[in-house]
Amino acid sequence: MNTETLINFAYIVASILFILGLKMLGRQTTARRGNMISSLGMLIAVVVTLFAREIVSFQWIAVGIGIGAVIGLACARLIKMTSIPEMVALLNGFGGLASLLVGWAEYGKILAAGSTSSVFTGTVIVLAVLIGGVTFTGSLYAFGKLSGKLSGKPVMFSGQQFVNGALVLGLIAAGVIYVINGGGGDMGGQAFYACLAIAFILGITLVMPIGGGDMPVVISMLNSLSGLAACAAGFVITNNVLIVAGCLVGTSGVILTIIMCKAMNRSLANVLFSGFGSDATAASSGDSEGQITGELKPITGEDSFAVLEAARNVVVVPGYGMAVSQAQHVVRELAEMLENNGAEVRFAIHPVAGRMPGHMNVLLAEANVPYEQLVEMDSINPQMPMMDVAIVIGANDVVNPAAARDKSSPIYGMPIINAHEANTVICLKRGKGAGFSGIENQLFLLPNTRMLYGDAKASLQSVVSEFKAMADG
Amino acid sequence: MELMLLLFIFVLAGFLGFELIAKVPSQLHTPLMSGSNAISGITIVGALLAAGADDGSTLTTVLGTTAVALATINVIGGYLVTDRMLAMFKKKGATKKEEGSQ
Repeated sequence: MNTETLINFAYIVASILFILGLKMLGRQTTARRGNMISSLGMLIAVVVTLFAREIVSFQWIAVGIGIGAVIGLACARLIKMTSIPEMVALLNGFGGLASLLVGWAEYGKILAAGSTSSVFTGTVIVLAVLIGGVTFTGSLYAFGKLSGKLSGKPVMFSGQQFVNGALVLGLIAAGVIYVINGGGGDMGGQAFYACLAIAFILGITLVMPIGGGDMPVVISMLNSLSGLAACAAGFVITNNVLIVAGCLVGTSGVILTIIMCKAMNRSLANVLFSGFGSDATAASSGDSEGQITGELKPITGEDSFAVLEAARNVVVVPGYGMAVSQAQHVVRELAEMLENNGAEVRFAIHPVAGRMPGHMNVLLAEANVPYEQLVEMDSINPQMPMMDVAIVIGANDVVNPAAARDKSSPIYGMPIINAHEANTVICLKRGKGAGFSGIENQLFLLPNTRMLYGDAKASLQSVVSEFKAMADG
Repeated sequence: MELMLLLFIFVLAGFLGFELIAKVPSQLHTPLMSGSNAISGITIVGALLAAGADDGSTLTTVLGTTAVALATINVIGGYLVTDRMLAMFKKKGATKKEEGSQ
């Protein structure tokens, strides 16, 4: 057997390990081992590639891996769990850019050899550049929004659809010119760089109009695109392991995107193009049936303690505000005190709470909340009327009853956690403004709702210290 | 013919992906996403081939080396952060014991 056969055989083994790893990632008990198995597959794929006939010098490979390993290690070690969505967005972007560069390098190789590419190779190079480029700038923009460096508000300008349409047409034209010329000559070269530039711009204009509240969908979609970019790179260099692994990631991202869209009762097209949230204030100011009117009723930490002390069934509904104020540890402390006081505490997690799917689960796990205590929306909602107290920590749209009642609300029809059905609702909130999505929350106006203003962590700490004082006294 | 073979593999892998992921509980969505994100770093294989091919073109070497660095960040960062996350998911009862060792 020659080396090439052995390498391809090892690629099959790597693909199997990826598939097994992904399967095991889907179950709580096997997830960690699954991740290790998939990383073993990656190691095998990388090591055997180094024996490939095409690789003649190793110095630049060593430089690249060295730089990448240091940065990757530092990122993984230093990142805070609250910042996971940004981190994933950034890594997505890097993966996308790497795939783009693989396509570009193949083009460079063809140029250096003084030949032109076939229609097939030309097409897949354009695809790798397009998908990789959109993934890269789109992810960077999403990173900016998630980390607060850019405004989370959707950015719309007049003629946006027209500009996007023109970009897509330009891209198709440049792609066709490139493929016809096989990348050769001035025409081919210019067409290639045009594709590159348009892909970068398109990534930004696609993510720009999407509001901060829709970020879980955007991250899932970019995740899918980074897989498809690797897939396209696999077609460029006709390598099966890239196609299999890239495609697995691509489909898993698509599934998560669909789940997120369903959780918000909206279509993907609506999420991508509607500039959701930008017209929210206009929509909620007009009065219509089903709208709740009332006023905000503040509560102090002391009074919250009195309410919680008497409660037997408590449900906590966390949202992104919990992540912002790093309140997950003190939330767990409060939950323990409530349990010692004889109450049953559960955490109700909405599928799109936070900035990426499952974000809240990770934060609560970090604070050592056992995962049996976390319940999904569909299982907690029927029990909600039995709950004495619902504590809403920095969650907004996912508990807004307007989604169920107010037909004029932009989030009408989105499934919510029915926190308003609990006997008493305590909402922790930084200030009186609307949330990240810009939509007024009618839950705050209900007669059984009390507002506990201030930083979530500080507010909870004051309640916890009341419990401690009771235990001591 | 090779094109057809690659497409064939692509389509089958797509269906396999749908089957694998469709029933994942929502608790695991974040680790799943960052874990699959690490897998998309497989493009490192293409990057290695570009960086190591000494074809006399500086452009190819520069592009390849940058791609290797970026893909390595993606792979190492992705796998390690996923592992860090999954290490935190614990069952009830296991929480108290291990708290001190964190």
